[in-house]
Amino acid sequence: MADERTFDLAVIGAGPGGYVASIRAAQLGMRVALVERDRLGGVCLNWGCIPTKALLQSAQVLSLMRRAGEFGIHTDNLRADFGIAVKRSREKAERLSKGIEFLMRKNKVALFSGEARLTSAKELEITGRDGKTSEGIRAERILLATGSRPRLLPDVTVDGEVVLTSTEAMLLNRVPASMIIIGAGAIGVEFADIYQAYGTAVTLVELLPTILPYEDEEITALLHRALIKKGIKILTNTSVERVTVEAGQAKVGVTSKGERQALLGETVLVAVGRLPNSEVGGLKELGVATKKGFVAVNEQMESSVAGIYAIGDLAGAPLLAHKASHDGIEAVEKMAKLDDVRSADPRRIPSCTYCSPQVASIGLTEAKAKVMGYTIRVGRFPFSASGMAMTLGETEGMVKVIADATHGEILGVHIIGAHATELIAEAGLAMAMEATPEEIAGSVHAHPTLSEAMGEAALAALGRAIHI
Amino acid sequence: MAISVVMPRLSDTMEEGKILRWLKQEGDRVDGGEIIAEIQTDKADIEMEAFGSGTLRKILVRAGQSAPVGHLIGVIAEEDEDISTVLAPVAGVAGQTAKPAGPGAPTPASPTLQAVTAGRVKASPLAKRLAQAQGIDLSTVKGSGPGGRVIRRDLVAMIPSAAAVGQRAPLITARVAAMTPPTPSTAFEDRELSPMRRAIAKRVAQSMATVPHFYLTVEVAMDKATELREAMQIQTPDLKVTFTDIIIRAVVIGLARHPAMNASFMDDRIRVYSQVNIGIAVALEEGLINPVLRNCGAKSLVQIAREAKSLVERARALKLRPEEYAGATFTVSNLGMYEIEEFTAIINPPEAAILAIGRIQSKPVVVNGDVQIGQRMRMTLSCDHRAVDGATGATFLQEVKWLLEHPVHLILQPE
Repeated sequence: MADERTFDLAVIGAGPGGYVASIRAAQLGMRVALVERDRLGGVCLNWGCIPTKALLQSAQVLSLMRRAGEFGIHTDNLRADFGIAVKRSREKAERLSKGIEFLMRKNKVALFSGEARLTSAKELEITGRDGKTSEGIRAERILLATGSRPRLLPDVTVDGEVVLTSTEAMLLNRVPASMIIIGAGAIGVEFADIYQAYGTAVTLVELLPTILPYEDEEITALLHRALIKKGIKILTNTSVERVTVEAGQAKVGVTSKGERQALLGETVLVAVGRLPNSEVGGLKELGVATKKGFVAVNEQMESSVAGIYAIGDLAGAPLLAHKASHDGIEAVEKMAKLDDVRSADPRRIPSCTYCSPQVASIGLTEAKAKVMGYTIRVGRFPFSASGMAMTLGETEGMVKVIADATHGEILGVHIIGAHATELIAEAGLAMAMEATPEEIAGSVHAHPTLSEAMGEAALAALGRAIHI
Repeated sequence: MAISVVMPRLSDTMEEGKILRWLKQEGDRVDGGEIIAEIQTDKADIEMEAFGSGTLRKILVRAGQSAPVGHLIGVIAEEDEDISTVLAPVAGVAGQTAKPAGPGAPTPASPTLQAVTAGRVKASPLAKRLAQAQGIDLSTVKGSGPGGRVIRRDLVAMIPSAAAVGQRAPLITARVAAMTPPTPSTAFEDRELSPMRRAIAKRVAQSMATVPHFYLTVEVAMDKATELREAMQIQTPDLKVTFTDIIIRAVVIGLARHPAMNASFMDDRIRVYSQVNIGIAVALEEGLINPVLRNCGAKSLVQIAREAKSLVERARALKLRPEEYAGATFTVSNLGMYEIEEFTAIINPPEAAILAIGRIQSKPVVVNGDVQIGQRMRMTLSCDHRAVDGATGATFLQEVKWLLEHPVHLILQPE
């Protein structure tokens, strides 16, 4: 029978996709092996979501302290220690990683540390971190959850001093005087916010016409204005021609509407998206098909080779931790042939950016809904009309609900403002339950809360907002 | 002798009927052959005669309620006759045998049925709203949500047109729907024809009736064309070159090399045009229009993209001048954005052909004995057989396919 080298499922990658899949598989009675070459928790926990949120929190405390006078609190000699902020962010990541180790033990998931290579569709060879030792394991099924890494620009070398990716940018031992950020997606915008708060002169460069290009244009226009007001310089419709380092300074050649210019900065952060880690040893040889670098999977999350599955960033957009976790649970439950396995509707996956003001959304943007042929009703409610927002001193922002005009299907909800990333959960539940603006408006929202704005925006979509 | 009045079977397919109204009330005198009630069946409203004479002693199924065929709905007897034996079989349930129609009515007939539909139907608010709008009884819908909850997709599967669930239907569906006669029981609303609708109706009917169409379909590997488009979008981000632009450029070169396709059948002769004018089918809320990209032979892909963008934008805004939507020699119709795999388009006379473009999709393809994921698109050429033959159309289509698969030729200087 089963020995210590034979498993029902081997998971490669212990990020939010892989470790969650491992726990669910163990709950369902599978013998699970989890292979990780770096730290438990993956990018999300070690180099992504968690440490950046910790740094953003420091930045936001600092920003709040600067305007403490507004609240009747006077500060002298306000000093910000960026080194401690970085240290704190590492501690949070470390602590959560330990937590996952505990969860793995609790669920009796066998942990293997090292680089996995597939020697067949049912066999793995794991090379230890020292690069010398190696061991083989066997599993009925293999689940690939190797995630993604920052995409680089051609001919640009990341040196960790002047030219950075998000990984280096969260470990800097100093606050640079200036930073050019290439790419105004979630990562670019969040780092712009962190460093701007600490006094860095930040320039955001985006190829597309708007920052956070996949968000609703009305929302990004508000964010654009808010960031400019803080002093962040934004160049949209701007392509980067070349990045060089001269005398310890970054020089970024850009073109905008046919005009070339050179930007100079102490540092440059390359945040132009992420690439899947599909170079797992043995995949090519086994004939696992890929599509634009992502492993191509069917509804069972199974690749072109039977018994080999892929989830999360590796299996395609959106590249989000919560999507990976959902994928992991779905894949494992489908392997176990459970009834009623819930597939994540890609249109119902929320997306969050933790800059200040925060941006959160779910579903279609207004433009996309129109392109898709919907006749829509849009309800908006600005935080400037919210009593709670006023008491918090956070009146910047709005909730925007987009519903189909005929039957009230909620097509999208977009929020900008304080706690937007928390408020979006109500929209997620509403969409999952197929509620319409009637039900959102009909559920009683506590007063005073920011969530009242969601109820009001739903009412506005029905043409009967109260407080505006 | 008491007479049982049962729900009659009034058509072959009838399983239950609804009492529209009783023409006689309890206690009224009834003669044999007299009309006592009106029944609605699945096919029509039919009058029901009495089979014997007497007094209508009891009405068991009220107006507005339904009952299965053979079910006791009333009793005719002498005024003082004991009818308890006739009523006995249904005693106890008699009061609630009828299946109510309409919302909010009490629970229906048999105990088993009751178990299924008693209480609320599990359905999402959106599903309830859709069902109401479409006149679908939710208790008849099998739910695919958790615990059998009826959700949007269960209803979408039952509703033929996407328009019903909010999205405007693609043009093709709309055409087919217009030709399907509605069933008598379907609710409807008559809409006046807009001038554009009237013109489309006349033109497509005329085309199908007088132009002998034949169709050729080919699958194209769009991997390189996709790369080209991405590259061009980076190069000229403000322009947003579309697949339609790329296909038009390929068609233009194809027509230059196969001028027989750029022609009109003129009854006694075939007119071959020396200039290529491409019509672009643009969907509008109230119909469609084909703005014309003139003299394309001399235009580069970027020029085509720029002019097409302006034409399409103005077409959508209904701001075209009449000369801008007349005089095409060949039309391209792309429904790829509606996720249509492939379709056949109706020729706009006097043009000799129209090219119908389906969506580009990733699918496994065999390259050098190896399975890979390829970007594939299917396009269908409709040809006027009076003007061109199969082989002519086929070689032209082959040329367009080759050009799309070798798109470098599309960005070389115009021929």
